[in-house]
Amino acid sequence: MDDPKITEDLIAAHGLKPDEYERILEIIGREPTFTELGIFSAMWNEHCSYKSSKKWLRGLPTKGPQVICGPGENAGVVDIGDGQAIVFKMESHNHPSYIEPYQGAATGVGGILRDVFTMGARPIAAMNSLSFGAPDHPKTKQLVNGVVEGVGGYGNCFGVPTVGGEVRFHPAYNGNCLVNAFAAGLADADKIFYSAASGVGMPVVYLGAKTGRDGVGGATMASAEFDDTIEEKRPTVQVGDPFTEKRLMEACMELMRTGAVISIQDMGAAGLTCSAVEMGDKGHLGIKLELDRVPQREPNMTAYEMMLSESQERMLMVLNPELEAEARAVFEKWDLDFAIVGETIAEDRFVILHGNEVKADLPLSELSSSAPEYDRPWVPTPAAAPMADVPGVDAIDGLKALISSPNYAGKQWVYEQYDSQVMGDTVRKPGLGAGIVRIHGTNKAVAFTSDVTPRYVKANPVEGGKQAVAEAYRNLSAVGAKPLATTDNLNFGNPEKPEIMGQFVGALQGIGEACIALDTPIVSGNVSLYNETDGQGILPTPTICAVGLIENLDDAILGTARDGHVLLLLGETAGHLGQSALLAEVYNREDGDAPHVDLAAEAAHGDFIRANRALINACTDLADGGLALAAFEMAEAAGVGVSLDASDTPTLFGEDQGRYLIACSFDKAEALMIAAGQAGVTLQTVGKFGGTDVSFGGSSAPLAELTETFRSSFYTAIH
Amino acid sequence: MKAAVLQFPGSNCDRDMAVALEKSGFDVTVVWHKDASLPKVDLVAVPGGFSFGDYLRCGAIAAQSPVCQGLVDHVHAGGYALGVCNGFQVLTETRLLPGALMRNAGLKFVCRTVGLTVETTDSAFTSGYTKGQIVDIPVAHHDGNYYCDDETFAALRDQDRIAFTYTENVNGARENIAGVLSENRRVLGMMPHPERAIDANHGGTDGQALFRSMLDQLVSA
Repeated sequence: MDDPKITEDLIAAHGLKPDEYERILEIIGREPTFTELGIFSAMWNEHCSYKSSKKWLRGLPTKGPQVICGPGENAGVVDIGDGQAIVFKMESHNHPSYIEPYQGAATGVGGILRDVFTMGARPIAAMNSLSFGAPDHPKTKQLVNGVVEGVGGYGNCFGVPTVGGEVRFHPAYNGNCLVNAFAAGLADADKIFYSAASGVGMPVVYLGAKTGRDGVGGATMASAEFDDTIEEKRPTVQVGDPFTEKRLMEACMELMRTGAVISIQDMGAAGLTCSAVEMGDKGHLGIKLELDRVPQREPNMTAYEMMLSESQERMLMVLNPELEAEARAVFEKWDLDFAIVGETIAEDRFVILHGNEVKADLPLSELSSSAPEYDRPWVPTPAAAPMADVPGVDAIDGLKALISSPNYAGKQWVYEQYDSQVMGDTVRKPGLGAGIVRIHGTNKAVAFTSDVTPRYVKANPVEGGKQAVAEAYRNLSAVGAKPLATTDNLNFGNPEKPEIMGQFVGALQGIGEACIALDTPIVSGNVSLYNETDGQGILPTPTICAVGLIENLDDAILGTARDGHVLLLLGETAGHLGQSALLAEVYNREDGDAPHVDLAAEAAHGDFIRANRALINACTDLADGGLALAAFEMAEAAGVGVSLDASDTPTLFGEDQGRYLIACSFDKAEALMIAAGQAGVTLQTVGKFGGTDVSFGGSSAPLAELTETFRSSFYTAIH
Repeated sequence: MKAAVLQFPGSNCDRDMAVALEKSGFDVTVVWHKDASLPKVDLVAVPGGFSFGDYLRCGAIAAQSPVCQGLVDHVHAGGYALGVCNGFQVLTETRLLPGALMRNAGLKFVCRTVGLTVETTDSAFTSGYTKGQIVDIPVAHHDGNYYCDDETFAALRDQDRIAFTYTENVNGARENIAGVLSENRRVLGMMPHPERAIDANHGGTDGQALFRSMLDQLVSA
């Protein structure tokens, strides 16, 4: 079959702008072949090149004594002491999940797991952050069911515990759901594997599953807005096989122990193209590939298809040739393909041979280093207009409105579909804030959380960005963990619109400031732009996942409140109702400014919790729904009633930041008050646990009745 | 006491099972599915997971593995065997235990801690409990809906071979059966994961007694 002619339409269909095509002509000095056009399109799309975001990502804090490897590799690496490291990252699979929810979500999980084990780390925890349209939108139920099953279907079979996550609903996601998947793995700090090739004439080895036609052009699809042709894009979604991935992971772990791996890179977006270019570029080498040797699932695949296929569960490795037999034996044991498909070359070329024909011959380093970079025009998000008055609400009615919404109801329906305990080290399961996984064979543990409040980011990107980091910091602190580092998954609309770019710039400023103040550098991340349908963008959603260390599990705050416990509130309450959950759920209003974040107070309060953890039985941070929802959630988890002295709406439902609720005995409360005085932080008694009712001031309801609502509302909303 | 934990491609609770057995005092060897001969052991444990991806039918392909011939020989020679979750499915597929595990009645994967009633203490696996005791053990499965025909059910009941039942309807299993014993009472298959309840950090330790009583009984046998 002859390759198609390069025409303007063909160039546009590859997502390349006319000026970008001009640049290709300049670089290679001739018209590209069809395969070359595909390669450029794969390397230069937004998803792979970060061309709109790179300028701003450079400003993020990425360093610290705890950081072993920051952004730029498959995942970030942080030191957890004792010669061990945690390797982690979050990545989006938004566009594919909207087109084909089960496979889109499943392969999102598969992709992030591969990013982690490519670096030599065995995955020990997963989380996911999911954003869907309005519960009553006709597409939402199908998406929720498909995505949750896809996440579970892949992670459960692979055998990684899913220990946390988020699920939200908002009409702004009607046309674009968000599926952000996180994974973390454990490795020896001195046995991390990187992608940079080294040595000339070294064999390039293809590992894992065979290459098929699935996912051809997926990365380019993920870099475009949706319109009514979306159904035609279904073939660009890959199909996941978690069974193969599990074998690939086990085989890679064994392979890495043989010493045969010089460098390794998983095949994710833009498959063979991206992985080969990355290895060559980082190692300052060229790569020659002979496609006839690539294991193929179907006959008559073209060079173009093989180079752009996004078939899952594949890896590319540069092999130490002396250990070829040992390496091959490992893959034969696991019944996986192992094929030498090329070699490293001294010249800076990316040469693709197929059927005795040169299908591509390009300058390799320029494929990635000369990728376009844009300084897109942006306008700062205008300050929010002053908020209209908020009428008071009966305290229990307000609480009922929140826990009847799938946004704030219990998420059992979701997380009970995920295996949260496989590997036998899960200490804290989903549903209670941060998830905790013990480091196998030790009494050390790592805590994980995923957070963002998109309404805040929309109203005030800078404060919203800070808040996402601060909430993650609080969730880790509330279990007594020391936050170490973060990964960001930046989901935004069309960056070619200055107001969207303004959201992006503002959010990154806030995230950066918070990560510096709270000493949680960003070690990995992912950007997903063009989350728009027919011109309607999503809420700006920069998901922040944070990892914290618990040096000794005996020191973790893992208890629940008990009858007779005192309820203490750490932090200042001003009653900020702008952009609050109460406004949205009770009054259907999204006005006012986002709450502002006092980063110094966040740090001081986190330190206070950690320093006094021996005095604290149970602790939770205050976020959406303020004091009222946090107190209810503590009571619900403990199965014991709670009464708060306050009854006014701003005190109960305000969403001031930097606050925690603490449950402890009366004696310990006294000791905490003294400690707070010494530390100069605000701590006050706001209520107590006991009885069978939830009472806010004069308003009350039986805990059992509220619990029933809390546990059934999610299911009801999406069925 | 020696135990072998079988490892199929797709097994993912093999390490958890080995840890639980070692903690209870067993000397554990992990045996790869392509090994036709088992080492001489007192107990063979078939762990949970997704052997062969659960493709075709859960446990069906694993049951054809060379190592399963070794398992069958071990059991026919009077050896002890424990199958958990996917391991239970493998034991029914090898016909070492009666019945079948079908898709959960709710059609969803279910992972949570459930109550189990100990129905018999007359086995090496359950002698550490008291009859009628309720224990909290996690489940995590998509295909745990135990089915058997009337005749088999009558035999299981009359021969006191129902080891555990769920205290609630978890997956649609016949009479809420969660685990069954072989006729010689030396093979136990169960959907819940006792190896996920052996340590205070798991949130409960009700699984410990199962592993400990196995060891005690095997030592005294």
